[in-house]
Amino acid sequence: MSSNFRWETFFEALPFILKGLGLTVGLTFACFGFALLFGFVWIFLRRFPSKSIVWLVTWIMEFIRSTPPLVQLFFIYYAWPMVPGIGVTLEPFTCAVLGIGIHYSTYIGEIYRSGIDSVDKGQWEASTALNFSTIDKWKNIILPQAIPPTIPMLGNYFIIMFKEVPLASTIGVGGILYMANSYGALHFAYLEPLTIVGIIFLLLSYPSSILIKKLEVKLNTRFDKNAILKKSNKKSTQSLNLKGSDHIV
Amino acid sequence: MSETLVKNNDKKILLNTEPIVQYRDVTKSFGDVQILKGINLDIHPGEKVAVIGPSGSGKTTIIRLLMTLEEPTSGDILVNGKNLWKMDKGGTQVRANEKHLREVRGDIGMVFQHFNLFPHMTILENCMSAPVHVKKENKEEVRERSIKMLDRVGLGNKLDFYPSQLSGGQKQRVAMARALVMRPKIMLFDEVTSALDPELVGEVLEVIRDIAINDEMAMVLVTHEMDFALDVADKVLFLDQGVIAEQGTASEVLEHSENERVQSFLKRFRRV
Repeated sequence: MSSNFRWETFFEALPFILKGLGLTVGLTFACFGFALLFGFVWIFLRRFPSKSIVWLVTWIMEFIRSTPPLVQLFFIYYAWPMVPGIGVTLEPFTCAVLGIGIHYSTYIGEIYRSGIDSVDKGQWEASTALNFSTIDKWKNIILPQAIPPTIPMLGNYFIIMFKEVPLASTIGVGGILYMANSYGALHFAYLEPLTIVGIIFLLLSYPSSILIKKLEVKLNTRFDKNAILKKSNKKSTQSLNLKGSDHIV
Repeated sequence: MSETLVKNNDKKILLNTEPIVQYRDVTKSFGDVQILKGINLDIHPGEKVAVIGPSGSGKTTIIRLLMTLEEPTSGDILVNGKNLWKMDKGGTQVRANEKHLREVRGDIGMVFQHFNLFPHMTILENCMSAPVHVKKENKEEVRERSIKMLDRVGLGNKLDFYPSQLSGGQKQRVAMARALVMRPKIMLFDEVTSALDPELVGEVLEVIRDIAINDEMAMVLVTHEMDFALDVADKVLFLDQGVIAEQGTASEVLEHSENERVQSFLKRFRRV
């Protein structure tokens, strides 16, 4: 193993590792998407009329949160196929989406819950008084108010998941860490490839977190009086202009 | 004078009709506290009922039960002859499910003390959402009707405003328009002026008066505005400690009642 950092190795390893970038980013989106959807499943299950089901679901969530995602990943990849009856062998990518996705869906479900709890009780009562169906109540009244305030938190989880996705390299998903490891094993050089992996993560995570902060500021002013006034003023001047041009025509 | 005559004539007709709402021995407890202790009440189509009484007497609970926001502990509430909270299932009566509730409460609308407008929608969207999503009505037609209704409550020039841009009185008028667009046969008003600054109360009462005179729906007003109740109500209920302690025409209850509790309540009220 070479002990000094060599730029030659660096630039030789870079294109090799970048080949895994698409997979890492793709896996992040897949895991995040799955977690976003599955978060709703938890919410739904925890609102079940049956108390014993709610109790069971709460404990399942607690169990998932209290065990390391790596263990869950190994379980799904190595142990699940051996479960009699229901066990199936899954592709490493699918395993990673399930493992990381389900693990983080429990956190995302919790975020949804905080958003839903923050919706005023009067909103539920008004939608009952207007005779909304349960589905329409959620779709048109509750979720549009509950979810937007949680977007910054969800964004943070997106970045956290991006950083957790390299776990998938342990079951052979060829992301950037996997590629770096392979390069290292082939050329007996780990310093440069792993530095590259670090830099790639930094380059992608940091701008994303800035973007999320900006989003947060924007969302905080969403129902704000002044911000809305500004928007509607703009609208009215636009319509005035339109009327003006109509007149000329 | 002529207006009272018309009103009295209307009333004769009303009393000949089947009641649109019937309360039968309705009780409601929250934990160990019994808020309503056996309410029996008929509301006829088009009838304007004012509910008055000291706070904690169960006034608001009466209409919240009818709007299905609370479930009665015992007793029945019938709307158009149908039991609101119970339904038939294989010959026995069971607790109503969501589908049954939606079917029976379709004719009921409600205006809340704290408006409860949807903050993420403009006031026009607030009015349009229920007819479009709940009744599946034609969107253009609903838009037209909503604009007309907002015009009627004096907010036709603010269609694209969000609730946060409006005063309390304006919000409450939007809330009324939103309920009216659904064309309810029974409108419930839950202390609709209590959360308003005093100078904004008038504009809201004016709209209710307009509805009471021009629309044919039944109205139940839980209110602290005694003069207003005297003015618009066909029937006044005085609620005290969970029972209807006195009921009659507005003038019977508010001006000529011999009931000691009514008198002391009104005295306290007028002093304030």
